[in-house]
Amino acid sequence: MDFKDTPEEAAFRTEAHSWLDANVPRREQPNQTWASTLESKDSDNIVRLAKEYQQKKYDGGWACLHWPKEYGGRGASPIERVIWGEEESRYLVPSGVFDIGQGMAGPVLMQYASEEQKQRYLPPMASGEEIWCQLFSETSAGSDLAGLRMKASREGDDWILNGEKIWTSGAHYCDYGIIVARSDVDVAKHRGLTFFFLDMKSAGVEVRPIRQITGGSNFNTVVFNDVRISDSQRLGEIGGGWGVALTTLMNERVSVGDAPGPNLDQALALAETIELDGQPAIRNQAVRSQLAKWHCETAGLKYTKYRSISALSRGETPGPENSITKLVGATKAQEIACFGLDLMDAAGIVADEALVESDARFQLAYLAAPAMRIAGGTDEVLRNIIAERVLGLPQEPRADKGMSFKDIPSGA
Amino acid sequence: MNFEFSDEQKMLREQAGSFLRDKSPLTALREIYEGDEPYQRELWQEMAGLGWMSTTIPEQYGGIGLGSLELCVIAEELGRSLAATPFSSSVYLATEAILMAGNEAQKESYLPQLASGELIGCFALSEGPCAATENNLQTRFDGDSLSGTKLPVTDGNVSDFAIVCAKDAAGSSWYLVDLRADGVERKPVRSLDPSRDQALIEFNNAPAQLLGDAGSGWQLTSALYNRAAVLFAFEQTGGALAALDQARAYAMERYAFGRPIGSFQAIKHKLADMYALATLAHSNCYYGAWALSTDAPELTLAAATARVSATRAYNECASENIQTHGGMGFTWEFDCHFHLRRARVLALNLGSQYQWEDKLVTALEQRNQAAA
Repeated sequence: MDFKDTPEEAAFRTEAHSWLDANVPRREQPNQTWASTLESKDSDNIVRLAKEYQQKKYDGGWACLHWPKEYGGRGASPIERVIWGEEESRYLVPSGVFDIGQGMAGPVLMQYASEEQKQRYLPPMASGEEIWCQLFSETSAGSDLAGLRMKASREGDDWILNGEKIWTSGAHYCDYGIIVARSDVDVAKHRGLTFFFLDMKSAGVEVRPIRQITGGSNFNTVVFNDVRISDSQRLGEIGGGWGVALTTLMNERVSVGDAPGPNLDQALALAETIELDGQPAIRNQAVRSQLAKWHCETAGLKYTKYRSISALSRGETPGPENSITKLVGATKAQEIACFGLDLMDAAGIVADEALVESDARFQLAYLAAPAMRIAGGTDEVLRNIIAERVLGLPQEPRADKGMSFKDIPSGA
Repeated sequence: MNFEFSDEQKMLREQAGSFLRDKSPLTALREIYEGDEPYQRELWQEMAGLGWMSTTIPEQYGGIGLGSLELCVIAEELGRSLAATPFSSSVYLATEAILMAGNEAQKESYLPQLASGELIGCFALSEGPCAATENNLQTRFDGDSLSGTKLPVTDGNVSDFAIVCAKDAAGSSWYLVDLRADGVERKPVRSLDPSRDQALIEFNNAPAQLLGDAGSGWQLTSALYNRAAVLFAFEQTGGALAALDQARAYAMERYAFGRPIGSFQAIKHKLADMYALATLAHSNCYYGAWALSTDAPELTLAAATARVSATRAYNECASENIQTHGGMGFTWEFDCHFHLRRARVLALNLGSQYQWEDKLVTALEQRNQAAA
């Protein structure tokens, strides 16, 4: 048992590290984010800088590592991808802009698109020249995604899309999107779905930002009014969209490790500096108990990840243990944010960066934290997944089983 | 990265697991609960035959000289099986204490018989209801012999000797005491877990010999507990996983409202949370195992993390296993209470959760100071 690289892994790490050193600045503090170093937080600027960095990676052979070389990747092994991720996280680099496209749209195209389409779309996706988004959720279809209502009607060689998608990250700057829509309301809900990709500049597509609890707008509603797309943009069979969507969701990367907001170290630092009953708060046993609990969770997730990485390093498939990551991490982040406010006592109410500790990061995190427990699978869906896929418990009987979609009660 | 047990260690775990399923089913545990034997004597002999007691004892003292990683995988399986033996007292504590602090003569006289399982040892610290500290110890070595009362001493009635932490002229020290000698009176006390022997031991001018440096008793205890905490955490995690298995099996076979209760989200989510806690504990145990086997400077933090995490996981899994079983889980006849009892005994044996949380945060503070 050790934490050492194999000689091949060490060589790869050195190569990755040398390239990064030559091209991007290191983080000065472990928790420093790239966004915090920007002078303007304007999203066009973020996208432009992200594109510049992605192009650099692409030219250096570091984009979409595990993709085949002919589509712009490097043909790297899973463990090499992990090592790159570890090394890159030590540097101040843009993140988030390409994750959904490269992580979800890419694999779907790889599996379902024609060779010509792959040649056309994958390399610019890898280089960052074109950005992709994912159009899945709807206001009435979140955890029950297969209950979606976006309508796809066939017209000759075309399809006409009508309806609304929601929670689309980055729709306002994306060039293309993958979308799942209902092509048949007369069959059971999972069987009436068809999967497509489309140009986000198509006539009839309208992107509207959603204002979040935090005041920011990272997501959008996307409205489709008679949007015409060619049947050649269909991915998979007509009525086979659910299977394609599942492939995509398997690739959804839910990494709470990079979630913004204070972690255990910042909570501990705050407890050392703030007074409670005339002494540093960290001397209080209740405070210590909380810190110990979060350390156990933080360390437990870290070493769970190490176990998975070790399996990859041996060329094995990791066990199901990683399924707990987001479930544990999101609640912990929410608890830590709330803890910070408690330590500040009445001043925990104040959200002015100039007036409270840590530039009001605990206050911002308090408002942002609920999203982590919902996005990419709610706590409840994740618990179902663990119970059913890991522990093998039976599915809950469904009220809509075997019904035609049009007959399913919607409460509307 | 190779953060995993070796193929040989995994094979040992499988062998230990299948041996214990075969030789120590829960019916054997129930016989201890309901009979007069304090532990599974026959099983103990067979475990000795497999060399488990001699795992970390060097060959020169009759052991097989493997590392602590091998002991960790055995501990996990013992915890899973709930076997009623004095293994933790004799191996994680008494053997380890002699390896840590014994002089050559003491090692030669104790280790070979500990290795063969002929001799059973235990560790005596607690003196009644409150956390022991170096200052509140009442048991005293007066320069000649030992006097005082220890309660509870786990496996105190079935052990041949005890390592006693006592006050003396140098502060506090460890003493080796023959429990069969004059001046030692011991009796079983009723406890939460009838499958683990607990004793009240009175020492009245009992003969005792110093183990380790005079005055180092508290420091040694703390170091011993760090090492033992990792092994206890493996037992606790094994127990947590076994309790989860019981809950899962029952949730699949028990029907209510016309369907298996495991199809209700209320039960699924409970079991998913148990799985998450047991997985965190397991991964923290791995790190503890690494720190233990390499004698890493991070051992205190790693041990406390494994310990706090495993205590929480086993408590939660043991009590939620009963909850999943409903009324039947509260019966003597069902096996759920075995875990409820064992979870608490393992959680308290090396000091309470508060103490380990405190130790954990202190280790974090020290790490941060060292980094600054």
